[in-house]
Amino acid sequence: MGTYIIRRVLQFIPVFIGVTLLLFALKAIVPGDPVRMIIGEGRQPSQAVLEQIIENNHLDRPLPEQYLYYMNDLLHGDLGSSYQKNRPVLDIFVDKFPYTVRLALCAIAVEIVIGLAAGIISAIKRYSFLDILTTLATSVLVSMPVFWFGLMLQIFFGIAIKDWTGGALSLPISGAGGPVSNYPTFLHYILPAVTLAAVSLAYTARIMRSQLLEVMNADYIRTAFAKGLSKGAVIVKHALKNAMIPVVTFIGIDFSTMLGGAILTETVFSWPGIGREIYLAITQRDWPIVLGGVILIVVIVMVINLLVDISYALLDPRIRYSKRTD
Amino acid sequence: MLPWAKKRAERIEKAADAAARAANAGKTRTLWGDALKRLSKNKLAIIGFAWIIVMVLIALSADLWVPQNFGDPTFIDTGNVAAISWQPPSLEHPFGTDRVGRDILSRTIYGARVSLLVGICATGFALIVGLIMGALAGYFGGLVDAIIMRVTDIFMAFPYTLFAIALLAVLGPSLMNVILAIGILAWTSIARVLRSTILSVKENDYISAARALGASNLRIIVRHVLPNSIASVVVYATMAIGSAILSEAALSFLGLGVQPPTPSWGMMISDGQAVIATAPWMAFFPGAACLLTVLSFTLMGDGLRDALDVKVTD
Repeated sequence: MGTYIIRRVLQFIPVFIGVTLLLFALKAIVPGDPVRMIIGEGRQPSQAVLEQIIENNHLDRPLPEQYLYYMNDLLHGDLGSSYQKNRPVLDIFVDKFPYTVRLALCAIAVEIVIGLAAGIISAIKRYSFLDILTTLATSVLVSMPVFWFGLMLQIFFGIAIKDWTGGALSLPISGAGGPVSNYPTFLHYILPAVTLAAVSLAYTARIMRSQLLEVMNADYIRTAFAKGLSKGAVIVKHALKNAMIPVVTFIGIDFSTMLGGAILTETVFSWPGIGREIYLAITQRDWPIVLGGVILIVVIVMVINLLVDISYALLDPRIRYSKRTD
Repeated sequence: MLPWAKKRAERIEKAADAAARAANAGKTRTLWGDALKRLSKNKLAIIGFAWIIVMVLIALSADLWVPQNFGDPTFIDTGNVAAISWQPPSLEHPFGTDRVGRDILSRTIYGARVSLLVGICATGFALIVGLIMGALAGYFGGLVDAIIMRVTDIFMAFPYTLFAIALLAVLGPSLMNVILAIGILAWTSIARVLRSTILSVKENDYISAARALGASNLRIIVRHVLPNSIASVVVYATMAIGSAILSEAALSFLGLGVQPPTPSWGMMISDGQAVIATAPWMAFFPGAACLLTVLSFTLMGDGLRDALDVKVTD
């Protein structure tokens, strides 16, 4: 177990260097002069100020050296400052991250409840009407443009229902609440969370169904039936425990993806999370935010995936004792 | 004969018959022949396939049969904008009209061109790169495998949408660059799918036999390994076209895809977002067209997977 963790952590290093190099290369070839972006449009600073900016950002250095400067700052926990907002990048993400985390938690809750229930029911009642309905519904969900689904939810729950009921019973269609909102804050989470969860819950249901069907053919399930256990007891105590493992892995990895920001969902719902922040920074060519944000996300995703794999090995002795060949 | 015995005899006869047919079938038909037969029994996959054909035909022939003021997607009647703009769906304009009176149906039809073009070209690009990389990694193993797999790790460590956006910010938004950006992101999965299949195919005796006969590496890969591992790639690529179409829609929605006046579904949905309260048809129809098209590729991919009996995991 220990060597496994160490090996996985060591595998981070080349990936991490590759990601930062790639980002740095993108930054280098992107059109636009960073000095111009730092001073802002239309201003004409003195020569001394210009030189100061170039000096502070190491812009007079060759690219490989700039990269080393950046990595050095990065390893000291300094992600640099935004060109346009005049704030440290880390501060900006500390502000935005809680919104992304809360939205991801709500979406994961939706995913677990609906996805698992649909998957289990369609596996137990295989080829029933409910099973066919679930299969069709999951196909539709994975084929849908997420942002379009969000808009349709807004049209229905935010606007149409409001019109029909004369203002009551509708859901807010944008933002994360706040002093000017007419709705209590928790209502703001419902539509974005459902939108964000839509595709994932379809996959969760599909994986749950196929895993449960596979496990139900195992010898130990036949043994459990032979012992005279009821179908419910066999499914809950024997089948689900084993079928859940890949599902839990999927949900864990999915959670890390959601923490990486849901640009489309956040854009449709004007959600003040990190995905939207990075997207806006890309369109405004504010590269410190882009670099810092993507690096943060990559690290978060890698750490969570590692935790998922470790907990996986802890929970399932078969994995712990088998030799890994990846 | 007693009724139960008769029934039993019938059952045995039927089973024997089926077994004979199965044995016979195994002798005469090929993997792809079998797959085609199974696929033709899958109604959903057939419906999906039919829809794709219809979409392709409509997209290709739009210039020929769509009436004039429907056919010109950039059509703006500047004299009379107020009268023709924001019309809800009607017989004349089944999908309604937009801010400047353009017909949403004709724009949706022309949007299909962009979507299908991007879906097919980006997947084609990813297939070429992915097949070469996957074949090299799977067949040679060792250092080649390690390097290629680390490269795919780096690509996969990136948040997908963010990476596509960053690439387009660098390359500039255009049809060609959208295809490139999606293709660059998609090849890694194809390479991984092919690699893992090749790893198991490579262990077969006929590969050792070919090597013992003195076949070159290239010949073994092209003649023996690829034909036996391609099924999973075919299934994966079918689904990849669907996700490439979704990615294109997402990028256009964010304003990074093809630029106006060329209509694309994502951009039309984005135009409709501002007016969902007053003109919901603007966002609804292009999105529905996108959903149906991607759904067709998903259903066909599912059907192919079942028909070819492959497991797609990466």
